[in-house]
Amino acid sequence: MSRVSVPCHVKGTVALQVGDVRTSHGRPGVLVIDVTFPSVAPFELQEITFKNYYTAFLSIRVRQHTSMHTPAKWVTCLRDYCLMPDPHSEEGAQEYVSLFKHQMLCDMARVLELRLILRQPSPLWLSFTVEELQVYQQGPKSPSMTFPKWLSHPGPCEQPVPLLEGLPDPSRVSSEVQQMWALTEMIRASHTSARIGRFDVDGCYDLNLLSYT
Amino acid sequence: MLQEESDISLIIAQIVQKLKGSNLYAQLERQAWGSWEKRILKSLNSMCTELSIPLARKRPVGEQKELLNKWNEMGTDEPDLSLFRPVYAPKDFLEVLINLRNPNYENGDSLSFRTHLGLIQVPLKVKDIPELKECFVELGLNTGQLGIDDSTQVPPELFENEHVRIGQKVLAEQDSAAAQQYIRQGSPTALRAELWALILNISSQPEDILYYEQLKTNVIQHDLLVDSLIYKDVKLTASNDDYYFVFEDYLYQVLLCFSRDTSVLNHFAYNSASPPKSYIRGKLGLEEYAVFYPPNGVIPFHGFSMYVAPLCFLYHEPSKLYQIFREMYVRFFFRLHSISSHPSGIVSLCLLFETLLQTYLPQLFYHLREIGAQPLRISFKWMVRAFSGYLATDQLLLLWDRILGYNSLEILAVLAAAVFAFRAVNLMEVTSLAAAEAVLADLSTLKVMPLLQIFLFATVT
Repeated sequence: MSRVSVPCHVKGTVALQVGDVRTSHGRPGVLVIDVTFPSVAPFELQEITFKNYYTAFLSIRVRQHTSMHTPAKWVTCLRDYCLMPDPHSEEGAQEYVSLFKHQMLCDMARVLELRLILRQPSPLWLSFTVEELQVYQQGPKSPSMTFPKWLSHPGPCEQPVPLLEGLPDPSRVSSEVQQMWALTEMIRASHTSARIGRFDVDGCYDLNLLSYT
Repeated sequence: MLQEESDISLIIAQIVQKLKGSNLYAQLERQAWGSWEKRILKSLNSMCTELSIPLARKRPVGEQKELLNKWNEMGTDEPDLSLFRPVYAPKDFLEVLINLRNPNYENGDSLSFRTHLGLIQVPLKVKDIPELKECFVELGLNTGQLGIDDSTQVPPELFENEHVRIGQKVLAEQDSAAAQQYIRQGSPTALRAELWALILNISSQPEDILYYEQLKTNVIQHDLLVDSLIYKDVKLTASNDDYYFVFEDYLYQVLLCFSRDTSVLNHFAYNSASPPKSYIRGKLGLEEYAVFYPPNGVIPFHGFSMYVAPLCFLYHEPSKLYQIFREMYVRFFFRLHSISSHPSGIVSLCLLFETLLQTYLPQLFYHLREIGAQPLRISFKWMVRAFSGYLATDQLLLLWDRILGYNSLEILAVLAAAVFAFRAVNLMEVTSLAAAEAVLADLSTLKVMPLLQIFLFATVT
């Protein structure tokens, strides 16, 4: 299914901490990132992609456009999605992640704003965030093909032409030619990636020194 | 339903990632690996200029004829190799691993619950003993093992005969997956060569023999600087070993061809390293004249020939021996000398070894650390060589059976920890690194499978 990127504005991360930031020791374990879509009408969210950087758990809240009279509310669409199975170790720490519409807890039909809540309970990491955040909506559906009438409704079978003497059956020949043609198309289409095994250039392997780049 | 779908797609993504190799934590690894690779290239280049020997040279016809005649006895050659030195040794590589740091990691001075007391300072996820028990369940006390239940005191009707019969059946069916499962309990000596070939998907077709002959022609036509490094390595390691010196000629035949094999370049798709590049003389910078050096992209280090030596016991036909070694290298051995976060990579193996020792033998670990004998400094060389040259050959082959069976090198780290556990009493009495090395210098009398079994399944934790 095609997807179209939606231009989004990612606001700066806000750290949530209990108590005064200046006096408390230790680093914040919860960050909030707001994502707005300033120039886009409420759209249906298809996919969110990002690159993780040491975030352990992700929750996403969404604010959707509703009818005139009810104010838009924040709804949790993803709760405590685990990005790092062990928050203290490297696994999953720098992976590329894709989240899809069907993984969300609620309908994502008319999205106005997103709020990403990042959690990293381990004190071992100096910082954590998500990078390269991209939001996608569904792309235009491919136009449906309409077949010409003669293709979808073949005409009645014609009378077979009487075989001329000494010549092979034309329908058999045509099916064999078709098969040969299909084979040549296949061979042409598949690029063999097998190396020929030559390591020299035209028989010459007289080298400079090794290059550092 | 949707939950299952996303679970399945997650599992598939994880499997794909495992197949593709590790998730490289980009910044850190590229920096460390990049500077290490540069050092190796510099070393090779300086050897080239100091000794005024070209990286590659086409042999004159007379020399080609001579080499062809001597092909089966290259070991009798005594070229002057005194000026050559290995590009690097395992201990140099260990220094690089020790200095790996994650810039986002809290490496403060104050001791915290996660301070790494060992040499490796990278927080990779490693298994602990309960997880290893689950993983290596076929090594348990209730399962028959070759290496334990085939000793002379045990009547063969109890386990060995039946195990051999099943092995023959697996070979008759030519079932590769069944062979991999079967070999977790060890392989009978008579069936080992065929079982390994079945697991590694090696069948000697005429094309393979032809390919090997082509490589041999390449060796005859071109002389590479790397050849001298290979010669030197074989003379220093395998030729001096009581078990392997008889195979010296085979080792040249395999390793010289290995250097010319461009199909090995394919493994760089899942290896974080990259092959060294060079240009044809006079065409510096022109991409059409860029080539890899050596042609297979792998620069041998001190001890490299020990990866091949044990295989000579199993295979006597050079092209089959070659294929088996090549497959073992691109599946397993390359991980032992390249930096990655893969669970079978050398960094994870080192961390697994240190964590096991620290968790289950804390007194020993603390004592060795206090006397300046960090355990990894002793066990690193065992793991980098997959214990080749340190264990007796029958024990080594039983160990490599399990590497193939479990498709993982973690068993090397577990064995290293088990060896320390076995000699713990003596090690507690030493007072210096040299003395600790002496206690652990000779592993040739060790029986691998009882050590592993006791360490994993019979130690009171």
